[in-house]
Amino acid sequence: MSETLSTYNYKVVRQFAVMTVVWGIVGMLVGVIIAAQLVWPELNFGPWLSYGRLRPLHTNAVIFAFGGCALFATSYYVVQRTSHARLFAGGLAAFTFWGWQLVILLAALSLPLGFTTGKEYAELEWPIDILITVVWVSYAIVFFGTIVKRKVSHIYVANWFFGSMILTVAVLHLVNSAEIPVFAAGILTPKSYSAYAGVQDAMIQWWYGHNAVGFFLTAGFLGIMYYFVPKQAGRPIYSYRLSVVHFWALIFTYMWAGPHHLHYTALPDWTQSVGMLFSLILLAPSWGGMINGIMTLSGAWHKLRDDPILKFLITSLSFYGMSTFEGPMMSIKTVNALSHYTDWTIGHVHSGALGWVAMVTIGSLYYLLPRLYGKPEMHSIKLMTVHFWVATIGIVLYIASMWISGVMQGLMWRSGNADGTLAYSFVETVKATYPFYAIRLVGGLLFLSGMLIMAYNMFKTIAGGSTEDAPVLVPAGQHA
Amino acid sequence: MEIMYLLVPVSVVLVFLIGVVFWWSVRSGQFDDMEGPAYRILMDDDDAISGRSVEAKVKADAKRGTGAPQK
Repeated sequence: MSETLSTYNYKVVRQFAVMTVVWGIVGMLVGVIIAAQLVWPELNFGPWLSYGRLRPLHTNAVIFAFGGCALFATSYYVVQRTSHARLFAGGLAAFTFWGWQLVILLAALSLPLGFTTGKEYAELEWPIDILITVVWVSYAIVFFGTIVKRKVSHIYVANWFFGSMILTVAVLHLVNSAEIPVFAAGILTPKSYSAYAGVQDAMIQWWYGHNAVGFFLTAGFLGIMYYFVPKQAGRPIYSYRLSVVHFWALIFTYMWAGPHHLHYTALPDWTQSVGMLFSLILLAPSWGGMINGIMTLSGAWHKLRDDPILKFLITSLSFYGMSTFEGPMMSIKTVNALSHYTDWTIGHVHSGALGWVAMVTIGSLYYLLPRLYGKPEMHSIKLMTVHFWVATIGIVLYIASMWISGVMQGLMWRSGNADGTLAYSFVETVKATYPFYAIRLVGGLLFLSGMLIMAYNMFKTIAGGSTEDAPVLVPAGQHA
Repeated sequence: MEIMYLLVPVSVVLVFLIGVVFWWSVRSGQFDDMEGPAYRILMDDDDAISGRSVEAKVKADAKRGTGAPQK
């Protein structure tokens, strides 16, 4: 067959991998800026750089720019290597790269300018929503097209996770972003209204919001984990059977956790309870996956001692286990009565976002970059280790300060005097939170510095590297 | 909670689709071998330098702690 001369499409993987680091720095820098604004409110310059407009820019940049580029890069790499086939529709794959970068650029412009739908994690206005849909459908065609032309009959478990992420995010985006544009406002100054109203809209919003966490930030990154942990450890996944069970259990049970974001609101009580119940059920598949990943190192723990990539990957799994235990606990209504609207939630989110998503991304990028640029390894192993410790200390400072301030806020808000009045005014809780905001800023700064170290290491690795694409290998031990 | 008239059917359709894919994957033998696929990704050599410089590869492997031990 003509396949002998075929190579893997590494170009698009390279592009997404480099932009993952770039957008990671941008998104985390905006995060550091808004953390500083909470310590020094004087830093709110004009309407464009005020907290209210920069916060959605931070969330969109880290989730969809940093996380999104990481998912594109790794899924394109994994689906090609495990299918032993070049990426389907190369032109379309290139379009997903440029299209996604355009989405990010438009977000970076429109959010500070004040164009927003006001829906959390879906703030982008309707013209950008349409562009996202077009790029995402192209992504699905490229990914599933590659699965179809695979040279091995088995579809590796990581691809199942990536595939479910792509399909579910498409459904979530289409349902949640259903909106009625105000065409009179024009396409350059877009304005739209949600197709849903009141508590119905809130329910849709958090059905989307939590499933975005579940499929974009969990299923997708589990796909990364199931490929890069075994590859870097040089050992098969602890139990392949468990990974398959993990996948089906997760996607069959995930969809209904959303209402836990709306405890003690206008949402009917029974809907809140359904949300809590499904959130608790999720603990089982989540921990199954975590144990499966960590136990892959069973019998080879010594590798953790001097391999910074494994340090990143295994630590990310520990944070995954921590936050998937904490999440179901916080969804219990009695616990939520204390944690809701406090900084505890922010701490929980960042233990997942920094500890799990960012750490597993960084680990897999350190694995990928030398391979993409024809180098035996990263420019500096020492700097990778430095990055690991700086990032880990940063996360610990961040989440510990937010836990303490969150629980403190919850306790202060609920404490009352004998005559039924509140023991503390709101501003007293703000004042008490102040030192923890400063510690959080330090934690965020450390994590950002780690990303800068990574960028330096990445550019040093790329310098003088070869961008020759690797040849498509014949699958090992393949029986016709 | 009229929104349930949208969300519940969406979930039912999705679960049905997931069920169909699950049924297909079991019937087509995706899960007949629950050991091999885990090893097969390891047998895919994706080191950038393989075939270019064997020496550099051995050195890199030794440094990473994979591959054969060196004297």
